[in-house]
Amino acid sequence: MWFLTHPWLIPALPTLGFVVILLLGKRLLGPARAHWIAISLVAVAFVLALGTAGAWISHSDHDTPVTSEVAGYAHVDPKCSQVAASVAAEGEEAIAPVATAHTSEAGHGEAEGEAAEGGESMSQPVVRCASWWSNGDSQFNIGTMLDGQSVLMLVVVTLVSLLVHIYSSEYVKGDRRYTHFYAFLQLFTASMLFFVLAENTLQMIVGWELVGLCSFALIGHWWEEKPNSDAALKAFITNRVGDVGLLVGTIILFFSAGGTWNVIDINTRANTGRISHTALLVASCCLIAAVMSKSGQFVLHTWLPDAMAGPTPVSALIHAATMVVAGIYMVARLYPVFFHGLSIGGSSINLLAVVGAVTGLFGSLLAFVQKDIKKVLAYSTVSQLGFMVTALGVGAWTAALFHLFTHAFFKACLFLGAGSLSHAAGHSFNMVDDMGGLRKKMPTTFWTYVIATGALAGIFPLAGFWSKDEILAGTGGANDGVGTYYFALIMLLLAAFCTAAYMTRTIWYVFYNGEFKGDTHGHGDPHENGPRIAVPLVILATLGAVAGFANLPKKMLGIEMPESLALRFEHLVEPVGAFFPGHGVGFTHAEFNNLLAIGSLLVALAGVGIVYAFYWKGALRPLHGLAERNGMARLGKRILENKYYLDWLYTDVIVGFIKKPLAAATYWFNQNVIDGVVNGVGKTAVASAHIVYDQIDQGVVDGVVNGTATFATETGGGLSKTQSGRLQQYAVLFFAAAAVMAGVLVLAVK
Amino acid sequence: MNTFLHDWGLAVITFLPLVGAAVMMAIPRAEEQLQKIVALVASTAALAVGIWILAEFDYDRAGSMQFEINRRWIEIIHSRFSMGVDGIALPLLILTVAIIPLCVIYSWNHIPSPGNAKAFLILILILETGVIGSFVAHDLILFFVFFEIVLLPMYFLIGVWGGEQRQYAAIKFFLYTLFGSALMIVAFLALFWLSGANSFDMTELHNAARVPGALSNTAQVLIFGGMFVGFAIKVPMFPFHTWLPDAHTQAPTVGSVILAALLLKLGTYGFVRIAIGIMPSYASHKWAPVLVVLSTIGIIYGALGCLAQTDMKRLIAFSSVAHMGFTMLGISTLTDFGINAAIFGMVAHGLITGMLFFVAGSMKERYHTLELKRLGGLLVSAPKMGWILGFCSMASLGLPGLAGFWGEFPAILAAYNPAEGLSKALFRTCMVIAAIGTVFAAGYLLWMFQRTSFGTPKDEFADDPHITDVSRPEWIAWTPLLISIVLFGFLPGLMFDVTNPAVKIVAAAAGIGG
Repeated sequence: MWFLTHPWLIPALPTLGFVVILLLGKRLLGPARAHWIAISLVAVAFVLALGTAGAWISHSDHDTPVTSEVAGYAHVDPKCSQVAASVAAEGEEAIAPVATAHTSEAGHGEAEGEAAEGGESMSQPVVRCASWWSNGDSQFNIGTMLDGQSVLMLVVVTLVSLLVHIYSSEYVKGDRRYTHFYAFLQLFTASMLFFVLAENTLQMIVGWELVGLCSFALIGHWWEEKPNSDAALKAFITNRVGDVGLLVGTIILFFSAGGTWNVIDINTRANTGRISHTALLVASCCLIAAVMSKSGQFVLHTWLPDAMAGPTPVSALIHAATMVVAGIYMVARLYPVFFHGLSIGGSSINLLAVVGAVTGLFGSLLAFVQKDIKKVLAYSTVSQLGFMVTALGVGAWTAALFHLFTHAFFKACLFLGAGSLSHAAGHSFNMVDDMGGLRKKMPTTFWTYVIATGALAGIFPLAGFWSKDEILAGTGGANDGVGTYYFALIMLLLAAFCTAAYMTRTIWYVFYNGEFKGDTHGHGDPHENGPRIAVPLVILATLGAVAGFANLPKKMLGIEMPESLALRFEHLVEPVGAFFPGHGVGFTHAEFNNLLAIGSLLVALAGVGIVYAFYWKGALRPLHGLAERNGMARLGKRILENKYYLDWLYTDVIVGFIKKPLAAATYWFNQNVIDGVVNGVGKTAVASAHIVYDQIDQGVVDGVVNGTATFATETGGGLSKTQSGRLQQYAVLFFAAAAVMAGVLVLAVK
Repeated sequence: MNTFLHDWGLAVITFLPLVGAAVMMAIPRAEEQLQKIVALVASTAALAVGIWILAEFDYDRAGSMQFEINRRWIEIIHSRFSMGVDGIALPLLILTVAIIPLCVIYSWNHIPSPGNAKAFLILILILETGVIGSFVAHDLILFFVFFEIVLLPMYFLIGVWGGEQRQYAAIKFFLYTLFGSALMIVAFLALFWLSGANSFDMTELHNAARVPGALSNTAQVLIFGGMFVGFAIKVPMFPFHTWLPDAHTQAPTVGSVILAALLLKLGTYGFVRIAIGIMPSYASHKWAPVLVVLSTIGIIYGALGCLAQTDMKRLIAFSSVAHMGFTMLGISTLTDFGINAAIFGMVAHGLITGMLFFVAGSMKERYHTLELKRLGGLLVSAPKMGWILGFCSMASLGLPGLAGFWGEFPAILAAYNPAEGLSKALFRTCMVIAAIGTVFAAGYLLWMFQRTSFGTPKDEFADDPHITDVSRPEWIAWTPLLISIVLFGFLPGLMFDVTNPAVKIVAAAAGIGG
């Protein structure tokens, strides 16, 4: 239990690293010591995260089973959660579902719900907190919430962060701001872990914004060049747009859940019908805006490809494996809100699923027209995040997190691989013009890249195959009686085809395509990088290959899996209790579908095959140069090359309008209208004051005048005697007028 | 000693700076070093008393007035020399006594042209007395006197040591504020006469105004209106803000810092303590919709104003309009939650915008211009200063973990659920608009940071030896502010716990039936 009640140590370590590096600075520390401090702290954090995961696994084997009688609050400190406190005081009746339309609706997924049937040993979340601050009658806590979801992320974040730290010590070596880079990596790791462990939504906001700050600083790491700082600004400001939704959404939840920030409270109350459907719906829509910006969903995804301006390890860690999944994590955290707010269980279309499915397909299309290998990967990330959001939108909670888990490894591997290529091949990311023929020259990078590509494309038996298939099955389109999100299934199948195709295209340009075309600036032929780059690649590729076995289906092609292997991930990660939709209402757990699995594998292989035929064999003649010949194809290509014109819409139209005409008009109004009135009134008042002044006894005023004027002279200039004098006259006149007005007012209202 | 502190502490802290000023008057102008030392000693002594008060303050009774002084003063107009601090005044009092010594230190070798450290520092000390007095006064006339004392030194600071258009800016500042004061005193006098109170003591007025039939509804609304104009100009709220960009742009650095950090707070403090704290709830409820609409307009309008600026200092000045909009948004909800947020916001804005003006001033000294299009690459020329500017920009745009967030987010939150009797639809609409305002804040602040600090220095400043990094007096003046910004960012309870009991009383006064 010690590990489960002390997870705060994990974010504390990189925080310490950040403070130490910041305070000692580069002169005292020197580059070598900076990275050793950073690497060893993250390594310890990783060990602690593993310990926590181990404790969680054994905890889940020994814990009291959650049944319809045991709601799962055994380890929630009543101090932190109102619901846990009332359960402790009054028993389970305190959270008995209130019958409303949205709790009783028939689900999608009544076929299963085995966890709710009870008997199986499931772990209960461990929540600890301390009082942070209070305002009015509201109490704000800071604490940690440990359950399968946060344990999963602790491991993923610390592991990828550790590998990126090690990788960077080679990759960023000799950089102009090496210590600064490590300081921000540490701060990022700490903030991300803080976010992951948050037990309340306010804490989530804090973590959410802090990772945004680190993302800003690291995208703009080489801020001397304008495009980099532009990208950093774009990332931050686009995210701020989504944050409006986050702020408003959490505020609505705070009030509608009865004045609590605690995640368990909000979830329980959403799940038991204590929050009105309207409130849940509005809050989910607001929060989806936040997901769109943070997790790069269509139409707020435009910052993510630009964010590739940052150093590649940053892209791997922040813009592929961890920060960008914060939106998915948040939806998963507050899942009852979305599940009931969007009626996920009983509908066939909802905002979340649409956003995800559109992003999944449209993002993957954009990857086709990129020359920059990192941009390909960036659009691929956008598209894969779309898969996860779709999964959440169709009620496949576990599938979303499972894909998050596997994607973190193979996508980080791909990004680090791209970095490895560019590091060896003249620091260019242009795969079309500056790479090619690198297969023999960089074998480690080649093989890890191919494995990760296979995983991403969903080739059996690599990780992506399992997780993507679970999402496709979760759309329910192929399973009788389980949901009807057909459009999502179709969009995602198309996206899966595109994914396999554009990734194969990348492999052609980078590793084949004749001889090496780049320029290494006198470093000779490109060659494989040292172990600090190669080893992380190998580790990530291995994980990308095997991570999918974490959630093997119970039964596949007629073969029964042993109980100890099947659905381990689901068993360990998915919550069970009154704070999760599984408890009492139908919740989908789509069965593995042989037909769908084989079908999607064939789709992926078709994608690979067509591209193979096109590039390697030069086949499919009619497709070569199609855009030059066919008007429709040309139009399509132009739309893709211009990224659906969204950047133009945002930068030129919206921002351009605010910055130029609107701001300028406002300022003109300010200077000419408002200030014009002020100056006009002032001048009139002064003019009339002179008339009055001429009439009254100048002796009285003069005395005051002379006093101040002397002082004004003493101060050494600037103000002439007459001006100071006038000031005094105005003052006296004002107060005389004031007294008169007061009298009038009193008489008038008496 | 403690008895002395409890009996006279507030009078001492108020007039210590004035004593310092008197001593400096006696010292010849040529003894510049001595002048500076006396100014520093006087303001540090006030700070010491402030810390002592902080230590002796009874936090369990933060809702009630402490260190009270109540002596005869001007009997003929029923005004008494009555002072006290509670949880609302304490943070602002400490902010004041902390900012002024830092300004004196910063001025050590930054006396702006045309020089004359003696007059410059004397004015700052007089100003300090005025601000402290306003925060601790518990009598309306006494408050008014201190409120007005502040005007004149600031007028001279802008008018003598200011930029090119200093005279216009100074006169505008003076007359505009004076205009507001005139209406405010009208309101004070009318309140006194109509309520039939025996004195101008705030508690007494509070009680007298609640005697049934004492004030008609019309009288309440009119009196609140008078106070509104006086305080709204000081805050400043849209559309009474136009003096602010001029005053800020023209004022010397220290003047801008004091203006932003302290003077604007007199307006918001007045709203909390006097307009809402004294007037019956009918008046507050009638005016709250006006306040919320104007503050929301201010948030967006101030941000748009920022985006149109070409001068860094003027941009920061406009940002104050937007930030004070958030503070007024909190106040307008008439809830304890919102008013707590507002007071937090006042202090946070004081620290953060004060710092921004400090940095802008130091940049002006090095570059001799703050034209955004001529600046750039501060992070190359003076990296530490660049990072400080970045830090303050982040704090100013309301990054969680830094002080600005806890003034902004709770204010937005409070607007979701305003006090009973106020229109939820109106306040929630304003809440969403205010939340959108945070996007603009990120926009103009980061845009400013990018233009000034990222990139490489322009040719004219590329090898300028005058562009040096943060100097020692700057470090000494800035470090406490930077630490406070982080400290309050992580431990917002430090302030909320102090203000909460006192704010509850104010909110109760504004509530239905209050």
